Amino acid sequence: MSTDSVKRAEQTPDEPQPYAELGMKQDEYLRVREILGRRPTSSELAIYSVMWSEHCSYKSSKVHLRQFAAKAPASDALLVGMGENAGVVEVGDGWAVTFKIESHNHPSYVEPHQGAATGVGGIVRDIMSMGARPVAVMDTLRFGPADAPDTRRVLPGVVGGIGFYGNCLGLPNIGGEVVFDDCYIGNPLVNALCVGVLRKDQIKLATAPGPGNQVILFGARTGPDGIGGASVLASATFDEESAAKRPSVQVGDPFMEKLLIECCLELFAADVVVGIQDLGAAGVSCATTELAAKGTGGMTVRLDAVPLRDETLRPEEILMSESQERMMAVVTPANVAAFMEICRKWDVPATVIGEVTDVTPEEAARGGRLIMTWHGETIVDLPPRTAADEGPVYDRPFSEPLTQAALNEDAPDRLARPTDLRAALLQLLGAPNIASKEWVTSQYDRYVRGNTVLATPADSGMIRIADVVPGLPGDGPGPDGVTTRGIALATDGNGRYARLDPYAGAQLALAEAYRNVATGGARPLAVTNCLNFGSPEDPEVMWQFAEAVRGLADACKTLGVPVTGGNVSFYNQTGSTAINPTPVVGVLGVIDDVSHRVRPGFTEPGARVVLLGETDAEFGGSEWAHVAHGHLGGLPPAVRLESERLLAEVLVEAAASGLLSGSHDLSDGGLGVALAEACLIGGYGCRVILPGTADAFTELFSESTARALVAVRPGSWDRFAELCAKRGVPACALGETGGESLVVEEVLEIPLTELRTTYEGTLPAIFA
Amino acid sequence: MSSARVGVITFPGSLDDRDAARAVGLAGAVPVPLWHDDHDLKAVDAVVLPGGFSYGDYLRGGAIARFAPVMTELIPAARAGLPVLGICNGFQILCEAHLLPGALPRNGTLHFVCRDQRMRIENNSTAWTSDYAKDQEVVIPIKHGEGRYVADAATLDALERGGLVVARYLGENPNGAMNDIAGISNEAGNIVGLMPHPEHAVEELIGAPGTDGLGFFTSILKKLVNA
Repeated sequence: MSTDSVKRAEQTPDEPQPYAELGMKQDEYLRVREILGRRPTSSELAIYSVMWSEHCSYKSSKVHLRQFAAKAPASDALLVGMGENAGVVEVGDGWAVTFKIESHNHPSYVEPHQGAATGVGGIVRDIMSMGARPVAVMDTLRFGPADAPDTRRVLPGVVGGIGFYGNCLGLPNIGGEVVFDDCYIGNPLVNALCVGVLRKDQIKLATAPGPGNQVILFGARTGPDGIGGASVLASATFDEESAAKRPSVQVGDPFMEKLLIECCLELFAADVVVGIQDLGAAGVSCATTELAAKGTGGMTVRLDAVPLRDETLRPEEILMSESQERMMAVVTPANVAAFMEICRKWDVPATVIGEVTDVTPEEAARGGRLIMTWHGETIVDLPPRTAADEGPVYDRPFSEPLTQAALNEDAPDRLARPTDLRAALLQLLGAPNIASKEWVTSQYDRYVRGNTVLATPADSGMIRIADVVPGLPGDGPGPDGVTTRGIALATDGNGRYARLDPYAGAQLALAEAYRNVATGGARPLAVTNCLNFGSPEDPEVMWQFAEAVRGLADACKTLGVPVTGGNVSFYNQTGSTAINPTPVVGVLGVIDDVSHRVRPGFTEPGARVVLLGETDAEFGGSEWAHVAHGHLGGLPPAVRLESERLLAEVLVEAAASGLLSGSHDLSDGGLGVALAEACLIGGYGCRVILPGTADAFTELFSESTARALVAVRPGSWDRFAELCAKRGVPACALGETGGESLVVEEVLEIPLTELRTTYEGTLPAIFA
Repeated sequence: MSSARVGVITFPGSLDDRDAARAVGLAGAVPVPLWHDDHDLKAVDAVVLPGGFSYGDYLRGGAIARFAPVMTELIPAARAGLPVLGICNGFQILCEAHLLPGALPRNGTLHFVCRDQRMRIENNSTAWTSDYAKDQEVVIPIKHGEGRYVADAATLDALERGGLVVARYLGENPNGAMNDIAGISNEAGNIVGLMPHPEHAVEELIGAPGTDGLGFFTSILKKLVNA
């Protein structure tokens, strides 16, 4: 079996190459030939094909995503912005936080358990590679209808996979979403978020400076998992017999990941790492080209030094393997021994596979020089920046869907209103999208690490940044820093709203996550996003994408919260039918003193129940229209960003002043659902009277935004009312907490036991 | 802070080791980190085996950890009376090491379960439970996939007759454990194994509501100080 070396490539310029099978367009292939001045070797073709893929290069989304930086609000908190493994924001007392959300949609459909598990693993390594200790995860999940047969295959697998990996890894799962809709039946969405903490002077970057520095691959051995197209190369070029079926979904080993976390933190503490990068999509190809591109531009790699799980792997396969639990570090020669010693302590295999090199000015001008050898032969000799940074960029055509106008004209006004509001509330409360998700979340450890302040079913998850263990040093990166601060996280998205208006839909996702962070008492600070869409080659999908990005960028500017990073997932469709456009937005907030956090729901009797915000009749894309009529049409609720900002200020200040014993945001299902959930989650009933500014149905089920429900502590009402008045936030006292029922005077009365049976019974009845 | 020193063993894959150390410290004792690969108990006065997935536990919870170098020191010390508390994975390790009888296979539901669980402390005469009232009802989180306590009839009978059931689940049995058993002790009362995680119920703000778990850690401190 011969190796396709650079020398051989020069001698056989006309050898046909399987670029199309690797997903490359002809003009992209010709561009590679132009860069190299010859045909690429099969290994080089492997590198360019994965690095220039949609997933790695963002070639269809880049022209739009630039708005996030261009429109970014001025923020003192932002330490590392978009373009690194994850963004970093400063949260005070010398602490910084890094967080990011990423999709693992397609693997989770093919093999739900491992697909979802490795989604957790991948995002956790992104956070580690910034120099942080990962401290929590969240998952936002979207499936077909709850009672569809395939959902019964996919959901338990996804949930089991997330639990298997996250529980064994030891990170608390503190929130997220579970949503059901017809549009996801052939294409579930599995988006995983991780957050980590670090001292702000301890940030690590993916870079390879310093000629002579050593390149070390550490973690799991490289196997044939997730190789996908590489077998095309191997078989077409070398050996027809070897086209063995490879698993296209990676397999996760959370134990190795746990060791990697502790090992990395010890490496950071010992200050023996110059640059670091995780191995995710495109594995060694991505890590070497990106590290070199951000460093001197020069690197040599002995690919045959990569430790293998399968000794028959060819160089092209090693380059494309997506084996999990691997990292790459750049280390000065003097520190290699110390680096290896720490890896040995944690039983983490580590191997020097290359070296950072100097480049000539001519080489630098071409984009640097990355050379890889395979048993002495040069198989890769390319400018790494051309692979990592200078991929193709497409400004794809977009146009509003032909059906959009008709969809928007089909307003929900024509839908029959219910006559029995009690029955309507129970129907909504038991609907899979609203019903308790405990069947899912009880399979996740929410307590591990002992810093969980709030978790599901709270509107946002909250984590104490630094604990104090009497007699022990801190276990975060860097020196101990005592702080009372905490971080809060919420993720939200509403594909129905975005289908009706992608510009507004993205803004509404941001508004809800922003509000959810504030209901716990935290000040919203920064944003991450996972943009799930259909095919970018469909102009109508591209329009949805362009509108959503524009909407999100504009809203982030208005609310003063910068986007720090995120992920785009295209091609979420079955045949030619795309999913509803689903921008998922994660908001990070900070609370100065975690002891001021506000618990979810009605947690004490005798508190005053107060509705904040204004209610209009807004039912387009609402949960009521969906559940009662299967209807999607009209326009989503109005976006009220200035009201959201003022509402958040009220919630944060009221929390800091200790005025609230409970809170809950209003979203899907409106006030009726919020009241019921507040009773069930907090444990106390309430007796309220509706404001009477609209009909009872509208007041109970409209999904107007910028609203929240709070329980004001006895004796705190005057101060709270003053606080609201100062900012012009409408505050309507509805009644008082207490008792064993939800009572809405003259409208309905439902015992908590009945509410609970309805709310908690749905998912177990389907999945248990 | 007293001078009572309580070791917390970290195996590769231990997850709640820092949480256990925090609980030890909050109770007023000195937490001492112990390492799986050391033949050294650092002269501690008691030991906690924390929760987690030691060595990944891909085979069976605790099956590999019982052979760790530190366990070759711990097993004889425990038999000689050193107080040992095994929490979750620690309980599994104690069973695998035959320091406690029975076994902890997969939950009856076949699902991992994390929830705040009501239970009753039935034996308050062990080294780790003396600060509780007899039959005190408490809420302490559970979080495990393999926690269904099983034992043969004779063993169960001996546990019940001997009053060696330390904690029993109240309400719905979360994992199918025989006799609703959440935790047991040896006859001497120095070794206790628990599926619940008392270290996640030691601060009002964090974890489960309340501080019902703190008693396990204050109990051992009092015993050591008064010894």
